[in-house]
Amino acid sequence: MTVLFFVFVIIAIIPLASILFEVFKNGVGALSFEFLTSPPGALGSSDGGIGPAIQGTLMAVGLASLIGAPVGVLAGVYLSEYSSSSKHFAYFLRLFNDVLTGIPSIVIGITGYIALVLTLGSFSIIAGAFVLSIIMIPIVARVSEETLKLVPNTLREAAYGLGLPKWKVVWHIVIKGSKSGILTGIVLAISRVAGETAPLIMTILGTSLFFSGFNAPVDALPLRIWRLASQPYPAAHEQGWGAALVLILLILALSVALRMFAQKRSIKTFKGTT
Amino acid sequence: MYLVGNLDNSLKSSIKDEIDDISKYSKTETRTDTTTTTTEEGSLPSIKAETERKSDTEFKIENPKLSVQSLKAWFSGKLALKGINLDVKENCVTALIGPSGCGKTTLLRCINRMHDLTPNAMAEGKIILDDINIYDKQSDPVLIKRRMGMVFQKPNPFPTMSIYDNVAAGLKLNGIKDKNLIKDIVHDSLKGAALWEEVKNDLDKPGISLSGGQQQRLCIARALAMQPEILLMDEPTSALDPIASSKIEELMNDLKKNLTVIIVTHNMQQAARVSDYTAFMYLGELIEFGPTDQIFKYPKKELTERYISGKFG
Repeated sequence: MTVLFFVFVIIAIIPLASILFEVFKNGVGALSFEFLTSPPGALGSSDGGIGPAIQGTLMAVGLASLIGAPVGVLAGVYLSEYSSSSKHFAYFLRLFNDVLTGIPSIVIGITGYIALVLTLGSFSIIAGAFVLSIIMIPIVARVSEETLKLVPNTLREAAYGLGLPKWKVVWHIVIKGSKSGILTGIVLAISRVAGETAPLIMTILGTSLFFSGFNAPVDALPLRIWRLASQPYPAAHEQGWGAALVLILLILALSVALRMFAQKRSIKTFKGTT
Repeated sequence: MYLVGNLDNSLKSSIKDEIDDISKYSKTETRTDTTTTTTEEGSLPSIKAETERKSDTEFKIENPKLSVQSLKAWFSGKLALKGINLDVKENCVTALIGPSGCGKTTLLRCINRMHDLTPNAMAEGKIILDDINIYDKQSDPVLIKRRMGMVFQKPNPFPTMSIYDNVAAGLKLNGIKDKNLIKDIVHDSLKGAALWEEVKNDLDKPGISLSGGQQQRLCIARALAMQPEILLMDEPTSALDPIASSKIEELMNDLKKNLTVIIVTHNMQQAARVSDYTAFMYLGELIEFGPTDQIFKYPKKELTERYISGKFG
């Protein structure tokens, strides 16, 4: 039995490991300070880099998280803590949330295009952040709800027993007690949207220039990878691999940093345990 | 032991400030829906004979600290308490005994309005604490819970908090900022819960690192820190071994000097050992209430006698 499980673990790891290996092998050669900081060079040349794409991804994902994370967490808190008196509403909210998770990201991109790009008159990072946050919300909401539900009811009752009003029980005992779970949900959602390409084509378009205002197109790593990969030049392909590696490393760094942050916070309350 | 003395006043005034603050957020919610009442007696012995005799007790307590008057409670439309009348004397231990499902825990949870928090549960009737009816529309369930501490069946310290923070939680979260005051109360509460000697060097360790019996005493200390007038204990020793249980029983004797204890217990020997008054409940009704000696030695009702002598339950 153990052997069987081991075999399946290996089967599951093979594609993941080979992708990482391939990206690293082909992309590491492109990395340099210039590659990370300068705008794309002439078509087909190995000059230039992905500076605007890194900047755009960080900005778009950052803005999207500023909208998506709080809305998602609050939705999760509502579903877990406040929905017991309106069961039907909560049922439809959950259903809606699950449907939203399943909507193809290109459709959300087109929605953003119609709702924001056309009304505001230009491709912009605002539209990009908006569609990315729409993708984030259902993931964050779902994970937050499930995490909060894991907090045993006895702890809520203990807190109520101390004469605390509901909002304090929810905030200080339930939410603070499941901080690391909620953070995991946010990291999961950020990793998902950082790699989104289709909705960004419809909203931020992509450009060779650094950020120049909230009403102008911006670049993003997945868009840059896509553009570099569709060019016929070997130099562009190498840059594409490099950009892919940078994207993977960025997501990895973010999730490690957030995990360490969460751990540090909980170690602080447990200081002196060892 | 547990005597805070002069601290008491400063704490009460700071709590009072906070009370004004909090009552803005938590308006009393009262349930007014009436649900159909069904009585279910199952296969257990019938209580009809007893109810004919008179369901409330002949025994009366003068100047009760707490007085439960014709209290009814429902779970999802099922009547769990069928009109309870019970008086609780100040600075005494009152035990609620009876077989599983008799409603003793429900009664306890009605007393601090914890019952309200259970989905689909409702209650009606009167519970008079000093001279306020806690089921009055004006009374705030949050403030009522602050006057009564609660200790649960399973120890439930806050898992992310240290021993110190567990005890300080009620004070800190109720907005008390004075660090020295909190420190004094935490130390006094831990002494009051007979835990101080065991944890005084480990106050920074997580509360859940303690043994089960210590955790339960930590929960008692956490409740004591709020300076409650009444301590409600819901089978506090049922998850503990005999030695840990006996420590908590000893503790109850000290606690009643400063507050009123109501304890739900399955263990009749425990009720006989620790309580001054005992109420025997069966199928949602209070069958007999009186001084513990009398209930255990000369029960007036046949049902009480049969339960106490172990013939059913």
